[in-house]
Amino acid sequence: MGIVSPGFQGRPRSQEPALPPGQYLTEDFPVLSAGPTPRVSLDTWEFVIAAENGNEFRWSWQELMALPQETPTVDIHCVTHWSKLGTTWQGVSLDTLLDGVDTGAHFALAHSYGGYTTNLPLDDLRGGRAWVVHTFDGAPLPAEHGGPARLLVPHLYFWKSAKWVRGIRLKTMDEPGFWETAGYHDYGDPWREQRYQGD
Amino acid sequence: MATGVPARAPIRWQVARLVERRVETPTAQTLVLEVPDWPGHLPGQHVDVRLTAPDGYQAARSYSIAGPVVDGPGGPRIEVTVQRVHDGEVSPYLIDVFGDGDPVEVRGPLGGWFIWRPEETAPVQLVAGGSGIVPLMAMIRSRRATGSKVPFRLIYSVRTPTDVIYADELRRRVRDDFGLDVAYVYTREAPEGWRGEPHRVGLADVNTHGWPPDLQPLTYVCGPTGFVEAVADLLVGLGHPSRRIKTERFGPTG
Repeated sequence: MGIVSPGFQGRPRSQEPALPPGQYLTEDFPVLSAGPTPRVSLDTWEFVIAAENGNEFRWSWQELMALPQETPTVDIHCVTHWSKLGTTWQGVSLDTLLDGVDTGAHFALAHSYGGYTTNLPLDDLRGGRAWVVHTFDGAPLPAEHGGPARLLVPHLYFWKSAKWVRGIRLKTMDEPGFWETAGYHDYGDPWREQRYQGD
Repeated sequence: MATGVPARAPIRWQVARLVERRVETPTAQTLVLEVPDWPGHLPGQHVDVRLTAPDGYQAARSYSIAGPVVDGPGGPRIEVTVQRVHDGEVSPYLIDVFGDGDPVEVRGPLGGWFIWRPEETAPVQLVAGGSGIVPLMAMIRSRRATGSKVPFRLIYSVRTPTDVIYADELRRRVRDDFGLDVAYVYTREAPEGWRGEPHRVGLADVNTHGWPPDLQPLTYVCGPTGFVEAVADLLVGLGHPSRRIKTERFGPTG
């Protein structure tokens, strides 16, 4: 426990559901982006998994939509301290997309339209814990929230859920992404409060 | 596991004390905090502030740092400007309750992207919406403090004239900081004698008061999400490459 702030009570505790340390609940859906929002046409959109051996697996928008769809309802936690509970998405599980991809890689680097990147252990994209989603709350995902499609990896801080996702490179060596290079944690587990390098 | 990632020392929480408070607008105040072990920061970076209740409950929020470190008799001082968030948990405490000499925990500096380095040579355009002025003011103050000659242009959108944070200082700096231009956009109510109607920042404002893309400026946009989205779209439409536009969106930080 830190030092007590004289006169600080905080919100009534009984209303607080279980949140990761240092997080507070928001009903809004704030936006964290580093630059302008890219506009991506569905006609040219594609998602590519590039294995470390040079093999590439591509899906057009129509091909993605033809894959089995899931509708995860999950809690999301942003490193800027807000959490949003019970968000409902629709998209394709990474288990489905990685099925048939022959790889010995341990790491993944997601990359986006607009140039954003973020790194994750490949295992964290498996086991029903990660999706490429295109629908939020029953409506097409707005561009400022990462549409047409974003990664959804809700068990890590939300910057790992790359907006405007374009592909994933599988790698034998971990390579830090955009925020990770700027001082944010390499893994980003909200329950262990891994916000910044060294946490 | 982090084979490709250089290890860094943890950024620790430390105790800061309130040494000064300045009223900026009816809803915004600047808090000057003495932070004995502050390691220094770059303009645009922020600091996490954490409050603890007697039962151990904690609430943390991020605040942009408003200017360069100031040396005080008790050690380094940093400034944050806090905008009151209606129904907020932290900002009303910092504005109404937090008293002179009171302790608070801080952690920083944080953020390595939305920063301006004084050794940069490109012209700079800053576009602020409301309290989004804070990290941009840090850049303006740092420019002067480091003797940078890089020309700066600020477009500052506010609802009414009384909502202008740092109003007097900006007036003074436009006079004294050679190479700094400031243009205001009023969205609800313009000052007496103002030419034109209140409006949201549009193409004409950015075109008239910003830098043309040919000069390859660095652009920083900070404000509420809708504001940043609109301005960044305008800048891209005018031909500024996305990679030269850095944005910071203010979510609820109450």
